[in-house]
Amino acid sequence: MSEALVPHVAIVTEIRTETPDVKTFRLEAKDGGKLFEHMPGQCAMLSIPGIGEGMFSITSSPTQGDFKECSIKRCGLLTEALHALEVGDEITIRGPLGKPFPVDTEFKGKNLLFIAGGIGVAPLHSVINYCRAHREDYGTIDILYGSRSMDDLVDFKEMKEEWEPEDGLNLYLTIDRPQEGWEGHVDFVPTYLKELAFAPDKVAIICGPPIMIKFVLANLLEMGFEKTQVYTTLELKMKCGIGKCGRCNIGTKYVCKDGPVFRFDEIDELPNEY
Amino acid sequence: MQEITGLMVKRAKELLEAGEVQRVIGWTTGDFCYDVTPAVFTKAEDLEEGKFVYNSFCGSNLSKYLIQTLRNDINAVNTAKAMAARKGENPDDIPGPGKTLVFLKPCDTYSFNQLLTEHRIDKSLVYVIGVACRGMADIEKIKLMGASGITKVIDAGDKLEVKTIYGDKSFDKKDVLLEKCACCKGKEHKYADEVIDPEPLPEGEGKGPMDRMAGVTMLEEMTAEERYAFWNDQLSRCIKCYACRNACPACTCMKCVFDNPRSGVDSKANVTEFEEKMYHIIRAFHVAGRCTDCGECSRVCPQGIPLHLLNRKFIKDINEFYGDYQAGEAEGQRAPLVNFDAENDVEPSIVNEKGGN
Amino acid sequence: MKKIALSKLNELFAAIAKDTELHLPVNFKGETVFKKWTEGDNYAKDSLKTVKSPKDLFFPQNENISNFRKEGNKFIIDPVELPKSGIVVFGVRGCDEQSFRVLDNVFLAEPVDTFYEARRKNSVIITAACTKPSESCFCKTFGIDPTDPAGDVTTWIVDDNMFFAVKTEKGEAFLAKYADIFTEAEEDDTYRVENVKYLANQIFAKLPLADLTTEGWGGDKTDEKFDDPKWQDLSTACLGCGTCTFVCPTCQCYDIRDYNTGNQIQRSRCWDSCMYKDFTMCAHGTARPTQKERYRQRFMHKLVYYPANNDGMFSCVGCGRCVDKCPVQTNIVKVIKAFGGDKK
Repeated sequence: MSEALVPHVAIVTEIRTETPDVKTFRLEAKDGGKLFEHMPGQCAMLSIPGIGEGMFSITSSPTQGDFKECSIKRCGLLTEALHALEVGDEITIRGPLGKPFPVDTEFKGKNLLFIAGGIGVAPLHSVINYCRAHREDYGTIDILYGSRSMDDLVDFKEMKEEWEPEDGLNLYLTIDRPQEGWEGHVDFVPTYLKELAFAPDKVAIICGPPIMIKFVLANLLEMGFEKTQVYTTLELKMKCGIGKCGRCNIGTKYVCKDGPVFRFDEIDELPNEY
Repeated sequence: MQEITGLMVKRAKELLEAGEVQRVIGWTTGDFCYDVTPAVFTKAEDLEEGKFVYNSFCGSNLSKYLIQTLRNDINAVNTAKAMAARKGENPDDIPGPGKTLVFLKPCDTYSFNQLLTEHRIDKSLVYVIGVACRGMADIEKIKLMGASGITKVIDAGDKLEVKTIYGDKSFDKKDVLLEKCACCKGKEHKYADEVIDPEPLPEGEGKGPMDRMAGVTMLEEMTAEERYAFWNDQLSRCIKCYACRNACPACTCMKCVFDNPRSGVDSKANVTEFEEKMYHIIRAFHVAGRCTDCGECSRVCPQGIPLHLLNRKFIKDINEFYGDYQAGEAEGQRAPLVNFDAENDVEPSIVNEKGGN
Repeated sequence: MKKIALSKLNELFAAIAKDTELHLPVNFKGETVFKKWTEGDNYAKDSLKTVKSPKDLFFPQNENISNFRKEGNKFIIDPVELPKSGIVVFGVRGCDEQSFRVLDNVFLAEPVDTFYEARRKNSVIITAACTKPSESCFCKTFGIDPTDPAGDVTTWIVDDNMFFAVKTEKGEAFLAKYADIFTEAEEDDTYRVENVKYLANQIFAKLPLADLTTEGWGGDKTDEKFDDPKWQDLSTACLGCGTCTFVCPTCQCYDIRDYNTGNQIQRSRCWDSCMYKDFTMCAHGTARPTQKERYRQRFMHKLVYYPANNDGMFSCVGCGRCVDKCPVQTNIVKVIKAFGGDKK
């Protein structure tokens, strides 16, 4: 059997509606135990047989338990079908796929700045919870997160109730346009970032829509960050997840195998096709 | 061929230099004379003979290229206008895309008319020069007849002189015609702003030597089992490369049903034997009444499947049931299959009486 | 070197086929294809190349990789058995032989594609030296010696005999197995084979693409080539079909598709093409919006990206199938030449 392409069955044990179009699914092995080991930033191929298979960030941290969670935005054929799932339904999963964030090496002992937009928080969620669980290994944690509206802030409850009260963790939330009931900051993420004027003594980890990444990176560089201090995750169409089907090829790299986590100096070496 | 190529180059250069057209769709060649590629020329100096070619291997139908070329040009203008507007400039100052000159052989003009009828291209953006054609050669036939190691092919009237590293060969052009040319509908251009034809044939002459419907008649004479076996044999060789669809001037959907994951029939390989048949049969149905019989599907098939037979069967049936009809004969025709006439149109029972099965 | 009369080839094939599946080029329904040998099939010894390459012997166009059954809201995965291991492929040309090694670098790299591996591992490749190349051949550009191709065993035809030379241990064991069908070649025969090679090389030197070189290409050329405006002109005519990809012996991109039979869901892996517009299409769009990007990807992959990841080996073997089969005659030779890869 081709281990790499043949999935395991997983059971959906919890579904949380995060926003009008994002749901978080908790997946567990059918007979208990772990589906597989993973590290923050790694992905999994989820599938509803008959509909298709797709690559998703694992949003839970391995420190949270044996389960895997994925926050999924409804935007295509497969994600529509996933959103129709109910607790107790089965799907298939294979993983872990891709390279994780260097949480135990390059991030260790550093101050961390997370910048996310919209569903882009998904791959960072796992890193943040991993760092919170190993709090002594990291310096301050700053989280700047923005979305279109209040209703589109994924993980809002967890951020406010669990993350924000912690010492050494600063949460900055923003939404694109003013909205009734929102007393927080209103602006686009890159503009708010400039306003916050973080010192460049941090490792920055960013994820969001391409246009946000572009402006956030430009602003970080202006603030004195080096490209070697900034990480992101790329996303392209994937089918195999193991660097063979050819779909996520950018230059000499395969996003599924060599990524999805890239440092910006590595991205600079890729042709502009992502 | 030399003479006509010279005239084509001259005229294209004049029109480009005068600014009457902005680009020219023609043909260019590579290493072996027969490896002709459609090409877009935008500078008069690129239109040198040798770079621009018109020889016996210009079988490809350039009408199809108009769709993408015109779309690209319009998109470019729209982008420029949007940029101008953003900069506070007057978008109306941005010049339009200008005209595209296209060289069309007589059979290609049927496709052109059909595209006009279906509003796939804007006539005002095109300048059509009809070019004379005396039939295009099929390199596959030449190779099958023993020419290998070809270094050059010389057009010599009714003959093709083929130079190869194993010695020279000569072929009668009529023996190596593309199937579509062997069944040529005629040498008259059905649309053209001007025609380049240094030695025009007398009216009515120049039709292909072969009976266009002979293949269909042969299929009709088979038993259902034989016919099934024939298509099974042929279509089982299909590799789903979609060259037939992508070359077909009647296949102009922005998103083909076979590329659409929501259609449930999209596929790149045949999981079951049925799939390749379904693809070709559905495609034939979709172009029925619109197919001008340009023969591109069979010409481009890497597996040599006679796909045109499916389309010709439809053409024959339509002719028999609704009276002779040639798609692309003129712009704006009402095709029988989209033109129901309660008085005269045939009812299914009559189809049966007439022997349809 | 061993030898066998051409008239006795079918005897050899019958003996091999008794033990192992044997595939070889035969004329079938009007074209030369690699076909599983059965009694009555004749080796198409004069045919230069099959329309489709023999890659589908190891990497079939469509392959079932797992099956699922749905019971209520539960899925049951029915494993698919690995393909039977080991086939003999006879009459492989030098270009196609090299293509297997190109594919090995992809499918046998970790994580191993076990389906491919099962087919490939115990297979024996018997190559056939070329003596009468066509104008579209340019394998020498990629370091292949078509007159003495690699493989487990290499064969030459001289007059009415076929000669077999061992190239690997696997080949040695294979010939030993059928030793009683062969006779030992004599000293004279060695000269005769050398003469055939010499004459063939003379012809190869005369081919129109003999001077094609890969100079200017290689793993470090991404920056230099990627934004070159030539890609626009080169790709203008491209129809975006998959012909080049599907006839290519080294193209290995694939898709994974589910097919509901009614009783079960079959998951298949099937050939795909980077020339198709939906290849990289996802819900948010595609990074390759026009044919220019798709066209560039195919050739950059073969001539730059693949060599960067595989010690400089190109993923083109110069078989010329795309040159023969592209409906609009835009192919890798035109790409190489457009960037100056021509000594002339």
